[in-house]
Amino acid sequence: MELLFNLTLNGLATGMLIFLLAAGLTLIFGLMDVLNFAHGGLFAWGAYSGIWIYTTTGSFLIGIFGAILTGFLLGIITEKWIIKPVYGNHVQQILITLGLMLVLSEMLKVIWGPNQLTANPPEYLKGSWEIGDIIIIKYRVFIIFVGLLVFAGVQFLLKNTKIGLVVRAGVMNKEMVQALGINIKKVFMFVFMIGSGMAALGGVLFGPYSGVIHAGMGMEFAILAFIVVVIGGMGNFTGSVMAAILVGLSGSFMAYYVPELSLAVNMLLMAIVLIVKPQGLFGGKG
Amino acid sequence: MSELLKLNNIETYIGQYHILQGVSVEVKKGEVTVLLGRNGAGKTTTLRTIMGLNPASKGSVVYKGEEIQALPTYTIAQKGIGYVPEDQGIFAGLTVEENMKVAIQKENEETNKRLDYILNLFPDLQKFWKKPGGLLSGGQKQMLSIARAYVNDNELLLIDEPSKGLAPIVVEKVMESILQMKDQTTIVLVEQNFMMASTIGDCFYIIDDGRTVSNGTMKQLKEDEEMKRKYLGIA
Ligand SMILES: Nc1ncnc2c1ncn2[C@@H]1O[C@H](COP(=O)(O)OP(=O)(O)OP(=O)(O)O)[C@@H](O)[C@H]1O
Ligand SMILES: [Mg+2]
Repeated sequence: MELLFNLTLNGLATGMLIFLLAAGLTLIFGLMDVLNFAHGGLFAWGAYSGIWIYTTTGSFLIGIFGAILTGFLLGIITEKWIIKPVYGNHVQQILITLGLMLVLSEMLKVIWGPNQLTANPPEYLKGSWEIGDIIIIKYRVFIIFVGLLVFAGVQFLLKNTKIGLVVRAGVMNKEMVQALGINIKKVFMFVFMIGSGMAALGGVLFGPYSGVIHAGMGMEFAILAFIVVVIGGMGNFTGSVMAAILVGLSGSFMAYYVPELSLAVNMLLMAIVLIVKPQGLFGGKG
Repeated sequence: MSELLKLNNIETYIGQYHILQGVSVEVKKGEVTVLLGRNGAGKTTTLRTIMGLNPASKGSVVYKGEEIQALPTYTIAQKGIGYVPEDQGIFAGLTVEENMKVAIQKENEETNKRLDYILNLFPDLQKFWKKPGGLLSGGQKQMLSIARAYVNDNELLLIDEPSKGLAPIVVEKVMESILQMKDQTTIVLVEQNFMMASTIGDCFYIIDDGRTVSNGTMKQLKEDEEMKRKYLGIA
């Protein structure tokens, strides 16, 4: 019982981190038809910049905001200089974003050194609550809470604002959005920025969760995020949160019972979805 | 300058295919200009070229005296050209209301009036205001698409085969609505349904194999059995 609870909580927390990465990825793919392999790099940059600000200032909150800001900035730069010239060309996108991914990881080592950095939760998020036999680690609950908050926030944006509507409409039919007089390129930039901010937020939250961060962490999480994008349906935002929870939970349980198969099971899940229901487990786009 | 829109010998490629090879059309303000021609003649491509979705590589598109063939689609739309595509282009996952919200460029008194007007014209849209666009019937989708193009203060509407796939009674309804809008906007209509085309249209252009091959008033066409047989397959 206690074990089950812990594995579930752990899976949910991991799921939320994957969600923060996958949400941007799925919107960027759905709207802009761009495969962004550098997205994991933003996750790692969020972690490094955020943790560095956190240790320097002593405030985790400032660290979090710093990470999000870093994500926004890198997102804008990436869209403007790297992605814009290769819209519509998948091969070039893959090559250039993979290249950018490498550059981003190497830059981390140049700035912060090749060794991994340690990170701890702030005092108020350390430790756990005990309810009978069950031990609830505070920081995990915090991650789940933040993840749900971001989900609700973005969902609100997509449902209730004009730009949100345009994003959803754009995922369904880009040409028509433009034929209605909307400059979709501006919307691209906005979505890229938000998506990058979420990835960076995921990164900084991951720091104290795992205790250490290293330059390669972006790649590891990006693989899970890509699996989630496929399972949730490319361009499907609500699908991405469900799929992320699914992948998080499956990862958490598998890691405990059959650790060798943990990633393989998620890959298998993705392969099955691709074959049986390529539009994703959770309905169509939107 | 009585023409609102003028296509001067435009040529358009889609990929490596030379689809339009000389299309010239003059659209007079306040009239309904009908584009006719067999399947695959290039009618849809002509409208897409006007919208900048398949930009012309030669020739010019002049709207209100300004060349627009090199402008991006959204700018062309903002100049006051509304587009109702052949497949209606409904955002399937968005409700009727949300579809309209995406379309509305400026929220003001004038737009509200136009919205009221169009919802009166198509009560079904009001009835299914909260329904996802993808769940509407073919006719209702057509109405929604027309409403989206109409709601902004557009001076020109491009409407691509509004009767396609609709039951005769629904065609009549759509036709009526276009006849009503005719008083307020200039319309370029692609239409294979000759009954509809000849009822609504003031003048016609026939496109064949990517070229405009004939034009005149609708009255002339009605009387020209030879032309109808040759290009439209009707006698
Ligand atoms: N994306 C495309 N790629 C290649 N060829 C295309 C493409 N779109 C259209 N065409 C070709 O261009 C020609 C003109 O097509 P268009 O859709 O403009 O015809 P149309 O007159 O609207 O026909 P219909 O009455 O069937 O709608 C056709 O031969 C068509 O096969
Ligand atoms: Mg057509």
